[in-house]
Amino acid sequence: MESMSVGLTHFLVLSSLLFSLGIYGILTRKNAVLVLMGVELVLNSANINFIAFSRFGNFGYDGQLMALFVIVLAAAEAAIALAIVLNIYKSFHNVNVDEIDKLKE
Amino acid sequence: MSTYDLIFYLFAAITLLSGFVVVTSKNIIYSAFSLLFTFFGVTGIYALLGADFIAVVQLVVYVGGILILLIFGVMLTNKVTNVDLKTGGVNVLPAAIGTGLFAGALTAIMSKNYWRAGNITYEETTIYTLGSKLLLEYSLIFELLAILLLVALVGAAVIARRGRES
Repeated sequence: MESMSVGLTHFLVLSSLLFSLGIYGILTRKNAVLVLMGVELVLNSANINFIAFSRFGNFGYDGQLMALFVIVLAAAEAAIALAIVLNIYKSFHNVNVDEIDKLKE
Repeated sequence: MSTYDLIFYLFAAITLLSGFVVVTSKNIIYSAFSLLFTFFGVTGIYALLGADFIAVVQLVVYVGGILILLIFGVMLTNKVTNVDLKTGGVNVLPAAIGTGLFAGALTAIMSKNYWRAGNITYEETTIYTLGSKLLLEYSLIFELLAILLLVALVGAAVIARRGRES
């Protein structure tokens, strides 16, 4: 590598680090809404990979379309997950994922 | 170091620092607002990669939709008036060691691997290509996503209302 100008590797390293941060959030957070934020970080890092390969990989614009589909799925997932979280809050009066261990009241 | 590189490092720093605050802050509201800056940073990265339409969609859907939804989720499931917005972490040390090792391995793989980059094509705007691809080549997925969004909307409303009848 003769010069360190920003290329595909930089974007991939950035997305790896963002992915690891998201996994860390999913593993350590107690509050269910914060676990969801970790999931959003992971989805964003996947999107960076898709768009970086679309830019540098000579595959046309298919990668960008996949990123668009991921964004749509993330929106649907966030809506459903928050509805479930609200329902859990109604039943248990907290949303800590380590305390909710009953399937039925 | 060109201007492009400087802007990349700026947006990468914004993304990673605010992402770190998102996963480590004790206050849920701080996490939610850091997520805003993470999304802005990722938007900048998309723009740098030449994906102008995706960058705008990211801004509208994530910042305008998902983030507001998450903040509503925080407000509705925590006692805001009693200042009970703190949250703890579980298994912090093992998770930090595990994800640290994982991040190191992943970064090493990504940076040591020789990626065969193709010809970079510059185009004024991606909207025309994306639109025609979406309605011709990917029209089935497009329609399925429309149905999925409708189902998710109705399903979320039904799930959120369920407890009220009893």
